[in-house]
Amino acid sequence: MFYRETGQFKSSYKADQAIFPLSQDRWFILFLIIIAFLVIPLTASEYLLQAVMIPLLIFSLASIGLNLLVGYAGQLSLGTGGFMAVGAYMTYKLTTAFPEINIIIVFILAGLISACVGLLFGIPSLRIKGFYLAVATLASQFFLVWMFNKVAWFYNYNSSGTITAPPRELFGITVTGPTATAETRYIVVLAIVCVFALIAKNLVRGRLGRSWMAVRDMDIAAEIIGIRPFQTKLIAFSISSFYCGLAGALMVFLWLGSAETEAFSINESFYVLFMIIIGGLGSILGSFLGATFIVCVPILLTNAPQLFGLSMPIDLQKHIEIMLFGFLIVFFLIVEPHGLARLWQIAKEKLRLWPFPY
Amino acid sequence: MDMEIINFLNLVFLAPFVEMVSYPIFFSEVIISGLLTGVMYSLVALGFVLIFKASGVFNFAQGAMVLFAALTLVGLMEHGFPIWAALISTIIVLIALAFVVERFMLRYLINQEDIILFMATIGLTFLIQGFGETIWGSNVKPLDLGIPSESFEVGGLLLNEFDLFAAGSGAILVAVLAVFFHYTRIGRALRAVADDHQAAMAVGIPLKNIWIIVWSVAGFVGLVAGIMWGAKSGVQFSLSLIALKALPVLILGGFTSVPGAIVGGLIIGVGEKIAEIYWGPLVGGAIENWFAYVLALAFLLFRPQGLFGERIIERV
Repeated sequence: MFYRETGQFKSSYKADQAIFPLSQDRWFILFLIIIAFLVIPLTASEYLLQAVMIPLLIFSLASIGLNLLVGYAGQLSLGTGGFMAVGAYMTYKLTTAFPEINIIIVFILAGLISACVGLLFGIPSLRIKGFYLAVATLASQFFLVWMFNKVAWFYNYNSSGTITAPPRELFGITVTGPTATAETRYIVVLAIVCVFALIAKNLVRGRLGRSWMAVRDMDIAAEIIGIRPFQTKLIAFSISSFYCGLAGALMVFLWLGSAETEAFSINESFYVLFMIIIGGLGSILGSFLGATFIVCVPILLTNAPQLFGLSMPIDLQKHIEIMLFGFLIVFFLIVEPHGLARLWQIAKEKLRLWPFPY
Repeated sequence: MDMEIINFLNLVFLAPFVEMVSYPIFFSEVIISGLLTGVMYSLVALGFVLIFKASGVFNFAQGAMVLFAALTLVGLMEHGFPIWAALISTIIVLIALAFVVERFMLRYLINQEDIILFMATIGLTFLIQGFGETIWGSNVKPLDLGIPSESFEVGGLLLNEFDLFAAGSGAILVAVLAVFFHYTRIGRALRAVADDHQAAMAVGIPLKNIWIIVWSVAGFVGLVAGIMWGAKSGVQFSLSLIALKALPVLILGGFTSVPGAIVGGLIIGVGEKIAEIYWGPLVGGAIENWFAYVLALAFLLFRPQGLFGERIIERV
């Protein structure tokens, strides 16, 4: 009744190709953005920001990056954790070596370095496909993490081997380091994620995104119609690594505060892959939904026993949590293999006809 | 500066080989220990290959199945089961697991994309791991099968009885599987399914039963691998991580080839040991974690389908 395109006439191609062609969608997104930028920082508790909102946004960014590679370009990769580590360690090196550079620029530079590394590890994708490629990308995961662990130069030769976010200011407000408040960090992360989500959305709508999808659907056919598979795949790898690197940098500097290579283990790669599969392959919205799901479910599972007044030993609870997490993933894949984004689409279709579906 | 470069080149390209030639006995010990580790990798990789051949599923949960099988066996033995009863009960549990997986997971995921199935098996990994540890706890459990583990010398070579036992049982297992696949009715059906699902169904092979059987066999292979690894280093969570070690073996040998899994395992085992001992110290050690992957990657660049994998033919 309320959600339909009737009466919304478009008089230009620009209006027709808008990201949200329906005015209801535009209002809804505007509403969400206002809530995210104004209401949440003013009302949410420190715990909510630190434990839910900030990781949710950071993982959304990482899953957008991986989704560009896996969902759009069709190159299965398990190296996300490694590329996130590149971003984090490079930010650390750059900002300790040149403290006067604006931290946002440092993030971007670190992302670019991570893109170069991604380019390097993307080279085998020309010859190797499918699961062979997935396992091959594990090489980058293990090699990069090992390198950051072994080469002391990357963590400035400190004895603990951890990288710690030094305090850095943006417009006179401290945004990183131990003194930064959760609210400021949240706003900075949110702004970065919004900008890069918009860029990603426009990338996949344009020429590059279409050539990615052509390569994904059948790379030989794509080659025949004039798309260069090697360049297309390499660009996908580097842009994806840029996003992952940026997410890794944000993770250490705006969320955790300090980290070791442990934080970028193979599990991280799997979690991000879960996010895009649960959220929906080949969907930017799906990246957000998947990240929300994967970040929130463990928190809910951890807190659920207390809600029901159950008490059990901590290690038992941990095991049950892992088990339920696995169960939920299998369950979701069976119920909707195309992810939460697909459910959202179905809901919208239903809503258009509601309440008279004839 | 020039001296440094020469020195470096010497360290990388000359010194390790000189060392290999000048201490041949130590070198052969390294190779033998690499081969024996390789057998263990092959055992894990074998489980992956069986399932991939028969159902096209890249079953990441194989590592968790190894852990689960070993945990169940040890747990039952701790509850006073004699070893043969514990073995039989564990096999029954694994068959039940295969049944549950087929009935409640695979059946609903037929015809889905490969990556969805792959993800589902990662979910299954968490599920099995959590389930096993919920029931049996997460402490390190020693597994004592009464296999002697004394070392002895043959012609100057130091060998370990346990390692030889492991290699021997690995060989027996492979031989049994080969006979099973080639000379039994079920084995033929399995090979038919591996060749072509639709053709197999058309001649009346019940696909669902075949899947249960192949998951059970993979579970059994996992049990053998779990016993070997468990007896060596105790039954604990890290057992499920050897799945990550089996992956380079898989891509090296080819996903669809049983001999590939074995040869791949041996190559990775030996390569890893040699690299760790002769080149590891140059870069600070602990290169075992990624060396296998890089080795496999180098092979893949020349043969994208692995050493023995089926040739990938692409048509538009």
